[in-house]
Amino acid sequence: MAGWLSPKDAIPRPVYLTASTLTVGALLGGWLLLAYSGFVRTEFLPTPNQVALAAVDLAKDGSLWTHIAASCFVVFVGFALASVLAVPLGILMGTFQLVEAVIEPVTGFVRYLPVSAMIPLLILWVGIDYETRVAVIFIGTFFQQLVMIADIAHHVPRDLLDVSYTLGAGRRQVVSRVLVPGTLPGVMDTLRITLGWAWTYLVLAELVAANKGLGYMILTSMRGLFTDRIFVGILVIGLLGLISDLIFKYLHRWLLPWSPKAG
Amino acid sequence: MGRLTLDRLSMRFRTRRGENVTALQDISFEIKDREFAVLVGTSGCGKSTILRLVAGLLPPTAGRVLLDGRAVSGPGADRGMVFQSYTLFPWLTVQRNVEFGLRLRGAAAPDRARVAAHYIGQVGLAGFEHVYPKELSGGMMQRVAIARALANDPEVLLMDEPFGALDAQTRSLMGELLLRVWGEAAKTVLFVTHDIEEALFLGDRVFVMTARPGRIREEIQVPLPRPRTVDMLTSDAFVGLKRQVMGLIREEALRMLDARRSPEAE
Repeated sequence: MAGWLSPKDAIPRPVYLTASTLTVGALLGGWLLLAYSGFVRTEFLPTPNQVALAAVDLAKDGSLWTHIAASCFVVFVGFALASVLAVPLGILMGTFQLVEAVIEPVTGFVRYLPVSAMIPLLILWVGIDYETRVAVIFIGTFFQQLVMIADIAHHVPRDLLDVSYTLGAGRRQVVSRVLVPGTLPGVMDTLRITLGWAWTYLVLAELVAANKGLGYMILTSMRGLFTDRIFVGILVIGLLGLISDLIFKYLHRWLLPWSPKAG
Repeated sequence: MGRLTLDRLSMRFRTRRGENVTALQDISFEIKDREFAVLVGTSGCGKSTILRLVAGLLPPTAGRVLLDGRAVSGPGADRGMVFQSYTLFPWLTVQRNVEFGLRLRGAAAPDRARVAAHYIGQVGLAGFEHVYPKELSGGMMQRVAIARALANDPEVLLMDEPFGALDAQTRSLMGELLLRVWGEAAKTVLFVTHDIEEALFLGDRVFVMTARPGRIREEIQVPLPRPRTVDMLTSDAFVGLKRQVMGLIREEALRMLDARRSPEAE
């Protein structure tokens, strides 16, 4: 019974590609139709060539690059700070119940606090310079990373630890030589996923407290009804997210060739 | 030397529902140096728990484990173990997996490589030294696990259903391979299985366990000569022993079923 809708069964590659292409085509086509037909006013839905021209303009006067650089810097610093702390702490938390008992009450609560609600507080405390944006990204990613990485460390098979003991390893060696490498593929995945979230928090922070950055650019474009520029901003953020995702996929394959997920 | 003594080992634990369960009761036996001993029993009889107690991964509720007369107080490199689950370190190549224990002890690289090459050859995996575990089949992974345990030169090799996850054909080949390697390495082995044929084919002595609480019900000397060959599996002596052990295990399995049926079990 080889149907295209048989649960979990593979479908022929051409069918897959055709279906994917149709989706992209439909989205683009829909956009073209709505924009060029005049059905939606271009103030609200710019045409693709308006967006392209806006992108060229922004690139030419250099402002696009300034905004991209500002955004990348903030994402990078906030994400790096969060990761550098969350990875070791998460591994400890998933490994030692005592550490978990100490940290869990904090993470269990803070994790559910909306970061957006903390932005006003951060502005009061930290100001409206880039530190606030970095702090938003840090808070937004750190606690999620911590919990995810603790879970990964928690799931390193017990038998791997036991076999190490029977090979003569002590507790420290079991942690450094078994637990830490055992978490690496999961850590890599966590970083990849949370970097995507970092981008969404960035825009949030830039909408509220920034004088440059892609989120800021989108906000000022809205004030002047430059919908085409808003589109440029959104597309650039999407593109940057995609690129960072690909970089992580490549890093995974390159750094962890042994990982079953490395393909 | 590798004389292993189990002295009145008992293991009790509390379940989540608060019931006290006696998993093992008064397990006492001694395995001679270089002997191949097998524990066979129904699932849940506590045979794997015995291995974990001997390995020092669990403390017994009562009793002691002695290796050459010295009491065991925790895990150590003198008691190597092979698990049923695949326990190769995925981030290490075959060679580095086999070298793991030697590395912990700070052995020099050339020595490590020499020992690793020897045991990798013994388990028939020469040429796979630089391959990661994800590229190996289940049988190959267990062969590496055996090589890794032996490369560490333990006094006793503990094997917890090491071929349990493999298909029947691979399984019998692995048994033969294990006997060859064991003959060369001259180690004491304590092997756990629920497969009666495997137990009798491998062991010098087979201990048949009772269902919970686990006790040693019968000790069976296997008179088959060494080296063992697959032809022996159909010999009268082998079939007779198999019938005897099957009868015992069946009784225990039925007892277990009855115990489950009655609510006041344990």
